[in-house]
Amino acid sequence: MTGIWLMAGVTLREAVRRKILWTALIAGALLLAVFAVAMHLQVVEFQGRAMSPFVRYQVEAGMMMIGLYTCDLLAVVLTILTSIDTIAGEIGSGTIHAIATKPLARWQILVGKFLGFLVMIAGFVAVTFAATIWVAHATTGVLPEHPFRGFALIVFECAIALALTFLFGTWFSTLTSGVLALGLQGVAFMGGWLEQVSGFSQSVHIVTLGVASSLVMPGESLWRRAAYEMQTQLAGSLSFSPFANVSIPSGLAVGYAAAYFAVVLGIAIWHFERRDL
Amino acid sequence: MTTEHFAIDARQLRKEFPGHVAVRDLTLTVPRGEIFGFLGPNGAGKSTSIKMLLGLVRPTAGSATVLGAPLGDVAIRRRIGFLPEDFRFYDWLTATELVRLHGRLAGMSPAQLRTRVPDVIEMVGLSQHRDRPLRGFSKGMLQRIGLAQAVVHEPDLVFLDEPTSGLDPVGRRMVRDVLRAERARGATVLLNSHLLSEIEVTCDRVAFIKDGEMVATRALGGAWQEGVRVVMHARGVSDDAMAGIARWTGSARLEGEELRFGVESEAVVADIVRHLVGAGADVYRVVPERASLEDVFLELVGEDRGL
Repeated sequence: MTGIWLMAGVTLREAVRRKILWTALIAGALLLAVFAVAMHLQVVEFQGRAMSPFVRYQVEAGMMMIGLYTCDLLAVVLTILTSIDTIAGEIGSGTIHAIATKPLARWQILVGKFLGFLVMIAGFVAVTFAATIWVAHATTGVLPEHPFRGFALIVFECAIALALTFLFGTWFSTLTSGVLALGLQGVAFMGGWLEQVSGFSQSVHIVTLGVASSLVMPGESLWRRAAYEMQTQLAGSLSFSPFANVSIPSGLAVGYAAAYFAVVLGIAIWHFERRDL
Repeated sequence: MTTEHFAIDARQLRKEFPGHVAVRDLTLTVPRGEIFGFLGPNGAGKSTSIKMLLGLVRPTAGSATVLGAPLGDVAIRRRIGFLPEDFRFYDWLTATELVRLHGRLAGMSPAQLRTRVPDVIEMVGLSQHRDRPLRGFSKGMLQRIGLAQAVVHEPDLVFLDEPTSGLDPVGRRMVRDVLRAERARGATVLLNSHLLSEIEVTCDRVAFIKDGEMVATRALGGAWQEGVRVVMHARGVSDDAMAGIARWTGSARLEGEELRFGVESEAVVADIVRHLVGAGADVYRVVPERASLEDVFLELVGEDRGL
């Protein structure tokens, strides 16, 4: 097991030393600043209106969800961009040769790298989520219902993106892996929104298409479940915001995502164990 | 000798890639404690052979043991060191961090590494640069630090794939010194190179690889007993006498009074002289010459191989 932790440690250090993480954090900080200004302007605007505190709270909670969704998107993109080179690139450059000839099984290399990236991504999500929630609370007083459930689901969503990136990395070049990973993320994004739209349109075909997309890549459904866990209970039923959940992924959908993750990571390990380096 | 006596015992290893055969038949035994050279032109299958022995590439057919363990055994790698061709690693690590990481991955404790890492960095001549990130290293410096990571855990078997590429003469000498130190320690070294001079100076034995196949092995250095060429000056060498030489050599060629041939061992030269004198020839000069490695190489592998 020492090998796994050594690989996780060196991967984490590598990820932290890469410019992309700090660029993403700067981007996150800028978005947070915009978010803070928007929240402040909203508060000022509401002060001039006669509005029920209850409705006002729901609107402000909806705005907080926009901020959290932005953090979620940033985290997924960061996951793919930081990890895309770690398997494919090291195989291509031959860097992996000096590691794969050490007394640790290949699955330990892959799992170690996976854990290293996951810790980095979890840290990123924790920081950006905490900052967004703090800004929202400081300006408006709103708080998410279940922030830790939301956090766990977002990290899980990133873990799926990471597993897919690793899977593609064991088969294809860095560039091809990146295109495939981002493409699948696009499918997930579309699937999530189709399911949302279906809530308004009641179209069976759109529902089917959305569910099929979510089955191909269930990442976005995890965000929607996270949003459901974090938003106020009334927000979803009001349906006045695209960030209020109309179609809520069930526990079964989360279970499917867990099975999907296990299969993807399992195939990645299986192929990495067998392939020539 | 049994498998236990061999650091490497490969039987008919073969590797096919889509469209071509990289290694046709690698049958090879390397006794423990030897510096063994792998010599062949670029593309002959040397690196693929090493990768199969290290478990990086799965053979299409054949079998092998490395330090008595079958291919793919993970635990045995604790006793194996490897310097890949064109060594590359995370360039944000310092030289010390890199060697320490590889030592840890090889199973060394932090306490062992505290003394061993500075020693091995000193051995490859990089003490002054030990705290510098690798991104500022030249190709030669990377080769040196790659060599350090390959031997930091004092392995019983070291694979070096083109270890002197990118090194200046001083660096090449350092590599030779490290190889000798490894042999003195009792380690076996498999040195893969396309540089004849490197192999000739450092190896105990050499295997010639051609088109993915091992075509011959030769002893080198003090144990040199093979590949002797003889130039003999003799008068009155009859056709019958020439035919009789075929018992010892198939390469005899008579041009005027100059008879040239190659034999496996100097020991048979006296027999040939006795045969010729017995057949009525006058032999008045015999000059045995050890064929240079280059001669042997060109004879076995051919001249136009892009070396």
